[in-house]
Amino acid sequence: MDSTAVPARPTRRLRLPRWPVLSLIGAVVFLFWAIIAIFGDWLAPHDPGAFIDSWNVLGPMTHQTWLGTDYLGRDVLSRIMTGAKYTVGLPFVTAGLALFFGLLLGVGATLLSEPLDTALSWLMDTVNSLPSTIFALVAVAGFGTSIPVLIIVITALYIPSAYRNVRAAALNVSRMEYIDAARVRGEGHLHVIFREILPNIVPNMLTHFGIMFIYIALLLSGLSFLGLGVQPPEADWGALISENMVGLSYGAPAIFAPALSLLSLTIAMTLMVDAVSHQNRER
Amino acid sequence: MSEQDKPFIEVSNLTIAAGGRDIVRNVSFAAKKGEVIALIGESGSGKSTIALSLMGYARRGCRITGGEIRVGDRDVLGLSRAALRGFRGKDIAYVAQSAAAAFNPVKRIRSQIVEAATLHRSMSREEAGRRQKALMKTMALPEPDSIGERYVHQVSGGQLQRMMAAMAMINTPEVMIFDEPTTALDVTTQVEVLTAFKAMIRERGVTAIYVSHDLGVVAQVADRIIVLKDGEVMENAPAEDVLERPRSGFTRSLLDASETRRLDLSEGHDRDVVLQADGVVAGYGRIRNGLPGYPVLHDISFRIRQGQTLGLIGESGSGKSTLGRVLAGLLPAAQGRAMLNGRPLDLRDARRRSKLDRRELQIVFQMADTALNPRLSNAEILGRPLTFYHGLRGGARRQRVMELLDMVRLPAHLADLSPRELSGGQKQRINLARALAANPSVVICDEVTSALDTVVANAVVELLVELQRELGLSYLFISHDLGKIEAMCNEVMVLLKGREVERAARDRLTAAPEHAYTRQLVRAVPQLRRGWLEEVTSVPAAPTA
Amino acid sequence: MIRLILKRLVLGVLTLWLVATLVFLVSGALPGDAAASLLGQDATPATLAALRAQMGLDQPEFIRYWTWLGGILHGNFGISLANGQPVAQVIATRLPNSLMLAGLSALVAIPVSLVLGIASAMKPNSVFDRLTTLLSIIALSTPSFLIATLFVLVLSVWTGWFPALSSVDRVHSLGGLFQVMTLPVLALSLSVIGQMARMTRAILLQQMNEPYVETAVLKGSSGLRAAVLHALPNVAGPIVNASALSLNALISGVVFVEVIFAYPGLTKLMVDSVSNRDLPLMQACALIFCAGFLILVLIADIIAILTNPKLRTA
Repeated sequence: MDSTAVPARPTRRLRLPRWPVLSLIGAVVFLFWAIIAIFGDWLAPHDPGAFIDSWNVLGPMTHQTWLGTDYLGRDVLSRIMTGAKYTVGLPFVTAGLALFFGLLLGVGATLLSEPLDTALSWLMDTVNSLPSTIFALVAVAGFGTSIPVLIIVITALYIPSAYRNVRAAALNVSRMEYIDAARVRGEGHLHVIFREILPNIVPNMLTHFGIMFIYIALLLSGLSFLGLGVQPPEADWGALISENMVGLSYGAPAIFAPALSLLSLTIAMTLMVDAVSHQNRER
Repeated sequence: MSEQDKPFIEVSNLTIAAGGRDIVRNVSFAAKKGEVIALIGESGSGKSTIALSLMGYARRGCRITGGEIRVGDRDVLGLSRAALRGFRGKDIAYVAQSAAAAFNPVKRIRSQIVEAATLHRSMSREEAGRRQKALMKTMALPEPDSIGERYVHQVSGGQLQRMMAAMAMINTPEVMIFDEPTTALDVTTQVEVLTAFKAMIRERGVTAIYVSHDLGVVAQVADRIIVLKDGEVMENAPAEDVLERPRSGFTRSLLDASETRRLDLSEGHDRDVVLQADGVVAGYGRIRNGLPGYPVLHDISFRIRQGQTLGLIGESGSGKSTLGRVLAGLLPAAQGRAMLNGRPLDLRDARRRSKLDRRELQIVFQMADTALNPRLSNAEILGRPLTFYHGLRGGARRQRVMELLDMVRLPAHLADLSPRELSGGQKQRINLARALAANPSVVICDEVTSALDTVVANAVVELLVELQRELGLSYLFISHDLGKIEAMCNEVMVLLKGREVERAARDRLTAAPEHAYTRQLVRAVPQLRRGWLEEVTSVPAAPTA
Repeated sequence: MIRLILKRLVLGVLTLWLVATLVFLVSGALPGDAAASLLGQDATPATLAALRAQMGLDQPEFIRYWTWLGGILHGNFGISLANGQPVAQVIATRLPNSLMLAGLSALVAIPVSLVLGIASAMKPNSVFDRLTTLLSIIALSTPSFLIATLFVLVLSVWTGWFPALSSVDRVHSLGGLFQVMTLPVLALSLSVIGQMARMTRAILLQQMNEPYVETAVLKGSSGLRAAVLHALPNVAGPIVNASALSLNALISGVVFVEVIFAYPGLTKLMVDSVSNRDLPLMQACALIFCAGFLILVLIADIIAILTNPKLRTA
C-alpha cells in the first residue's frame, strides 16, 4: 500500500512569544528571582542569622557585605537571598493552589446540580468581595501564624477570585458553536470541559495567576511588615523592611535593598501579565 | 466645462494602508452634484474604507497615505482638526450598516439626533427638535412625534436604520454616505427602507455614496457604479453599462453570481423518508403542559426523502434556526415526534439518543468562526468524529482526514493549520467536512452561506449539491436567502412567526406563490433590473397573515 | 427595576450574615482561651472559671454564635478584653477618623484616576499614555506600606514639610488638619490611583471601538466629547464597579497607612486587637470593614442598574 500520499504530521513549531521588550525584561527579572528563591539558601555568602559585624549595624555596602548590614549587623544580601523563598515561593505556591482549586470547584459545580452551582457562586462572590487584608488579619488571629497556616489562609482567600475568573472565561467559551457541535456529537462533559473549553482559557488562567501572584506578594509582605506574617528567625522581604525601619532616615541599604527587590519582583510580574493579556486580546 | 458638469466630489490616487499593507491602492473617481455613486465589492475590497475617507476619517489601524480628496471646494485631507469637525456631520453625513450598534444604547434617540444639529450650532435646540420630528415623519416612521423618546432596544432594526438617515439629514448635508445600510435587514424590510432612502435622496438632491455588496440593491439607487476588488477599481461606469455591458471579468463574475440559479437536482418522490417530524412545538423557558414559556415553533411537520433537500426559509425571528437546534438535540421540544431512518428520534431529551442517531443526523452551523475550536488543528477537528463514531486512529484516521479535505475541495496541506489561518470559505468547508466525517444520512445546514461573499457562497452551494449526488445525502437547508433556497432545494417550507405558511416545490414557490407572505417574500428579493424597486412598491403589499 | 434593586438588597443582607458567620468561625478557631490569656500567669482555676462564665465562654460554640449575632443586631458588640470598655464605645471614637481618611483619599483618588484613565484612553500609545501606564504599574506594584514609608522619608524626614506622625485627635484648626492629613491621604490615594486609572483606561478603550463612538465622531464631535458624553455613560456601571474594587485596595491600604503614621483609626485598632487577641474588638472591626465594603459594592450595583436603560425600563 502506498501511504506516501498522506503527508506526515509536522512537528509543532515552537513559537517564541513575541513580547514587548519591557515584558521580556520582566521575564528575565522574574526568572532571576525564581532561581534565587530555589537556590538562595545554598548561594547565600553568609549565614543569614550570623552577626557579621555587630559593631557596625546598618552598615554601608562593602566588599564583605555587598548590600550592607542590618540593624543587628547581619548580612543583608544573605537575608534577602534566603528570604526569597518566602516572598517569591509563597505567592507562587498559593496562587497555583488557588487556581487549581478554583478550577476544580468551577468544573465540579457545573457538573453537579444547578442549585449547588448557584450557592457556591454566591459563597465565592461573598468571600471575593471581602477586603483581603482585613480578612487575612482575622484569620491570622484565629489560626495563628505559621507557614502552613499562611498557605492555607491565603489559598482560601484567593480561591474565589480564581473560581470567578475561570468561570467567566469558561462561560464565554461555552457560548461558542464548537461547544454545541461537541454536544450534538454526543461528547461527554469531561471531553467538552478538558478538550474543548480548557485549552481556550489557558491564556486567561495564566494572566490571572500573575495577577494573583502580585496581590498575594503584596499581601504577604504587608502582613510580615505588621509582624503578622513570616515569623522570626525566618524573614521575608516585608519583614526585612519592617525590622530595618530605623535605618530609613540614614538611607541604609538594609531597608532599600529588600524594598527594591520586592518592587522589581512585582513590577516584573505586572509586565509579564501585560504581555500575555495583550496577546490574548489580539487573537 | 459648465458649472453643472464640474465634479463635486473628486478622489484621486487615494491610497490607504493598514498593518504595513495597502488596502486601498490608487483609487480615483468623481461624482457630480446630485449623483449617486455606488461602491461595490466583496468583503475586504476596501469599499467602506474609501467611503469613510471622504469624511477625512480612517478607522483605527488604517492610515490614508496618499492621494487627494476634494468635496466641493475643500481639500478634505488638508483640513485642520477643527475644520474636519465642522465638516463632518454638517456638510457630509454618514449612515452606518448597523444602526442598532451605531446609536448609543444609553441615550434617547431624539437626543442623539438633536445633538447632530446643536453640535454644529446650525440651529437652536427647539428648531432641531422640530426638525427631528419632521424628519421622522419624512422617513415614514410610526408616531413621529414621540418615537424619538425611545432607546435603541425599544425600536426595530428597519426603523433604526431610517432614524439613522434622519440623523444624517438633520443638517441637510451636501453629501451622504450610506455604508451597507440595508444589509442587516430582512428583505421585506429592506424594500421599505430602500424606498425611503431613494425618495429622500431624490427630493433633497444630495450627492450620495452608496456602499454595498448587493448588485440588486445598487441597481435601484445608483447613477454610477464603481466595482472594487482588493482595494483597486475594476470598473467605473454608468449603472446601466455596468449592469448590462460589463467590461471587466470581475464585474461579470459578480453579475453571474447574483443571477438566480437553479442547480440540477435529482428527483425522488418514491425514495425512502430519511427524516420525518410531526407536530413539533418548541421554544424557550420552562415547559409546562406541553407548552414552553416563550413558544417559538408551532406544530411543525415535514418529511425529507433520501437524497433530497428541504429548504426552510423565513426572516429573523421566524424560528427557522430553532427548528434546526431542536432536531440536533440542542433544545428540547415541548411536543412532537420525529423519525430518523425509520427509528424514533428523541426530541425531548437528547441524552437518550443513540450514537447511531447522532452519527446519522449532523448539523453545520452558520458561523464557521465560532464553530471551529481555534485551539485545535483542522486535522484534529476532523479527526475527532472519526475516532468518536468510527473508532479510527493513527494512519487510518489521517488517511480519512485527507479524503475528507479532498471531498470538500481543500488542499491537503491545510490539515495541520489552525482554522484561524483559513479564509471564511475554507473554514465553512472544514465545518462541512466535520459533519461528513460522521457518514451522516441527513445534514442540517443552518444559514451556512450567510456569512460568505456571494461568489464563495455559490461555490459552497454547488459543493453541497455535488456531495449530495455523490453520497446520497439529504439536507434540511435553513436560510433567509431565497436565491440559495431556490438553487438547491427540491421542496421549500416558508416559516412566518414559527408557523408554516406554505410548502411547495421550488418551481411552484417562486412562480406561483399562494400565501400572501410568500408573495411578499418572493417579490422583495432585489433584482438586477433597474426600476424593480418602483415595481414592487407600486403594487400595494398584501397584508401579512 | 425596583424588583431588581430589592433583590440586590436582600442578597446584600444575606451576604452580610454569611460574612458575620465567617468572621465568627475563623476568628474563634484557635484553640486556647481568651479568658486565660486575659488573666495571664496568676490566674487561679476559680477566677478563670468565673471569668469564663462571665464572658460566656463556657457555653457551646453554637449558643455563643447566636448570642453574638443577636448582640450585633442590637448594636452590642461585647466588651473589649484589652481595656474592659464596651467595644461599640471604643470603635465610636476611632471610626470617624478612619472614615475621614478613607473618604478624603477617595475624594482625591477617584477624580484623578478618572481624568488620567480618560486622558490616556483618548490617545492610546502616546507618550502621555505610556508614561501614565508605567507610573500606574509602578504604583500598583508597590506595597502601600512602602509608599507610605517613602512619603515619610521624603516629605517628612528629609524636607520636614509635614509631620511624620498624624495625631489627628490633637488637631483643632483646618490648617492643622491639612498638615496632618496630607501625607496619609497622598500615600493612600497613590496606590489606588494606579489601579483605578488602569482599569478606567482599559474599560474606556474597549468602548471607544464601538460603532456608536465612531458615529459620534462622524457627526462632528471631538474625540474627547465622544469619549465623555457617549462612551463614558455606557461604561458607568463597569467603572463604578472597578472603583468599588479599588476601594478594596484602599481599605487594605488604610491598615498600613494608619500603622505607619500612627493614625488613630479603626484599622490601627484592629491590628492592635489582633496582636492582643482581643477577639470581640477584632470581630467588630472586621465586621464593620466588611459591611462598609459590601455597602460600596451594593451602591455600585445599584448605580449600574440605574445607568442602564435596558435594566431601568425592565
